[in-house]
Amino acid sequence: MFEKHLMVCGATGCLASGSKDVTEVLEKELSDRGIRDKFRIVMAGCPGFCEVGPIIVVYPDEVFYCRLDPENIAEIVEQHFVNGEIVEKHLFKPPKSKEVKRFYDEIPFYSKQVFNVLRNSGRVNPESIDEYIMRGGYRALTRALDMKSEDIVEEVKTAGLRGRGGAGFPSGLKWKFTLQAPGTKKYIVCNADEGDPGAFMDRSILEGDPHAIIEGMLIAGLAIGSDEGYVYCRAEYPLAIQRLKMAIEQAEEYGLLGENILGSGYNYKLNIKEGAGAFVCGEETALLASIEGKRGVPRPRPPFPAQKGLWDYPTCINNVETFANVPLILRLGAEEYAKVGTENSKGTKVFALAGKVNNTGLVEVPMGITIKEIVYDVGGGIQKDRAFKAVQIGGPSGGCLPEDKLDLPVDYDSLTQAGAIMGSGGMIAMDEFTCMVDLARYFLSFTQNESCGKCTPCREGTKRMLEILERITEGEGKLEDLDTLRDLASSIKDSSLCGLGQTAPNPVLTTLRYFEHEYREHIEEKYCRSGICKELFEYAIDPESCNGCRACTKVCAVDAISGEKKEPHKIDVELCTKCGSCVDRCRQDAIKIIRVGSEADVQG
Amino acid sequence: MGEEATALPEIDLDKVDEVVDPFLGKKGIMIPVLQNLQEEYGYLPRPAMEKAARKLKIPVSKMYGVATFYAQFHLAPRGRNIIRVCKGTACHIQGASKISDRITEILGITTGETTEDYRFTLEEVACIGACALAPVMTINDNPHGRLTPDRIQEILDSYE
Repeated sequence: MFEKHLMVCGATGCLASGSKDVTEVLEKELSDRGIRDKFRIVMAGCPGFCEVGPIIVVYPDEVFYCRLDPENIAEIVEQHFVNGEIVEKHLFKPPKSKEVKRFYDEIPFYSKQVFNVLRNSGRVNPESIDEYIMRGGYRALTRALDMKSEDIVEEVKTAGLRGRGGAGFPSGLKWKFTLQAPGTKKYIVCNADEGDPGAFMDRSILEGDPHAIIEGMLIAGLAIGSDEGYVYCRAEYPLAIQRLKMAIEQAEEYGLLGENILGSGYNYKLNIKEGAGAFVCGEETALLASIEGKRGVPRPRPPFPAQKGLWDYPTCINNVETFANVPLILRLGAEEYAKVGTENSKGTKVFALAGKVNNTGLVEVPMGITIKEIVYDVGGGIQKDRAFKAVQIGGPSGGCLPEDKLDLPVDYDSLTQAGAIMGSGGMIAMDEFTCMVDLARYFLSFTQNESCGKCTPCREGTKRMLEILERITEGEGKLEDLDTLRDLASSIKDSSLCGLGQTAPNPVLTTLRYFEHEYREHIEEKYCRSGICKELFEYAIDPESCNGCRACTKVCAVDAISGEKKEPHKIDVELCTKCGSCVDRCRQDAIKIIRVGSEADVQG
Repeated sequence: MGEEATALPEIDLDKVDEVVDPFLGKKGIMIPVLQNLQEEYGYLPRPAMEKAARKLKIPVSKMYGVATFYAQFHLAPRGRNIIRVCKGTACHIQGASKISDRITEILGITTGETTEDYRFTLEEVACIGACALAPVMTINDNPHGRLTPDRIQEILDSYE
């Protein structure tokens, strides 16, 4: 019998903060005291709070240790695991508060979250099918095995499940089309080619709860009459692939995959295909081409994959998070499932919350929650109490929403109306030091680079838009560029072959819609107020605020800052490379972003 | 294939048989074959691709088309250490370009290039999903997070 269960986060975020070293020391400290066998150490999936990693959650004590360092471990082992006294200084402490928080339910980051899809992530051993079954896993499958295909489809339709991968198409409808399509063979495909920069929800689900995907795909197979499926996963996610492979083997061993599943006569074979690094393969027809071993270029639809998909057979494609919702619907029942969410957007959505918020990480929130609640309550507000400027939702296909949209409810239709999209779930908060023109340029350079080149509007159009944006950020923009951008954007949206091109202009359109003044400032005043576009600003030290602490002079690589100790310093704009290191270092906020050529007004 | 370096090591083409044979007669295998070839050689040597294409009865042009389409495949040998600077959105707004600028300053190579002594190859990656630690880079499979330009030299020095 184990005395305690120690769930160490083994997901990428915590690994990058050093959770592997923490685990090694933990093993050693326990072994040295001869008590290793009383403790079960699990490299668990992601509990979401990447900001404070590495994390160890202790059961049954319900203690959440965070921001750990290998050096902290001996103390925790000795004081807590041997002497039974919780080590308070390694618990979570909210900023500006003296009170420590002991467990999930007390930590503000988790208070507005609803764990449906992520219910197992970080809480079970993802490499154990038994733990999945103990948590109610595969119960939905047994229910589905007793149902008729039509009834399963109907249940998913009633639940109001919509695709979590981008466009939000009703999943039940997609299943119905595939069920009705004539074909001697049908396929289920799970799109795990999560390529959006700033999105890692699907990977976390695959790493933290791989059986949920298998169960979801099995149910989908029953619903549309398919006996074979593919998971198409990025090769950049080696841990996800490894966990999934292990889960498939276990499920086969338990008779939950393979021939005659649970004696029902239902057969199902599940394959994994590794992607090879092409963003466009997240588009369904390109993804199918890639599984077939070809270049991943999209083809026109119709025929939709539901009629003519993989090797021309009817194929149902959903993404990881969508499949992860399916067992939940069958287990709870459609009506219970649909209690979470809004009229037209049911259930929860997982977001990868990042950027300039205090609490970055993986969050699952009910549909209909406001952006403000996500940024301020879950995310803990903007770093260093700076001003919120915008939130970017939906990655390169999505858009930027400004402060006055903070009260917008997060559901498919509200977001689309505001010019963003639900997308796959990247949510990046930005403060006053993010330049919106540069951000638009950034996204467009991404989509331009990833455009497969098959259709002209996307291949050439995005290139022309990118050139214009580069010109504007370099201070060579003209006012008529703004109209040209809008014209190009609307043609590209209307005439591109696939979703990549059709949505590529969105980041430009939304920034033009909500932040046109920044574009105008770049063009008319040759000024970048955020201090990003290097030709369009200078740094100067405000003599009123500078206390001459010399901290900035130490980080300046080009010795551009001069001044006596305790006297206001000065920046030599001729030498300054605008790397910004001094701004990050200055505690007085004395280094200001100014218009080019105006340094005499500030520094005297 | 312009990116091939001049002095290439001898290539043992017998390994192509080991890689390709298990796939013969199956469908949708081009990408796994290329992935396994690359794992074997570290990149995709032209003679190996030609031999594999012959064995699979696929035009080599088609195989080349697939190999050049996907970012994962490399037609020239790469360095012993692969630096991947994350250019995801979170890293971008937290200053990822300052990180790659600094690496370029130190190593004298830009994205996609390899140092002459094959010690480093510099690449960009769209997102490695460690957004909380932005800006991030990985060297081989080791993630390095919360980077600042002044830490780069020391990190690079720790790779031989």
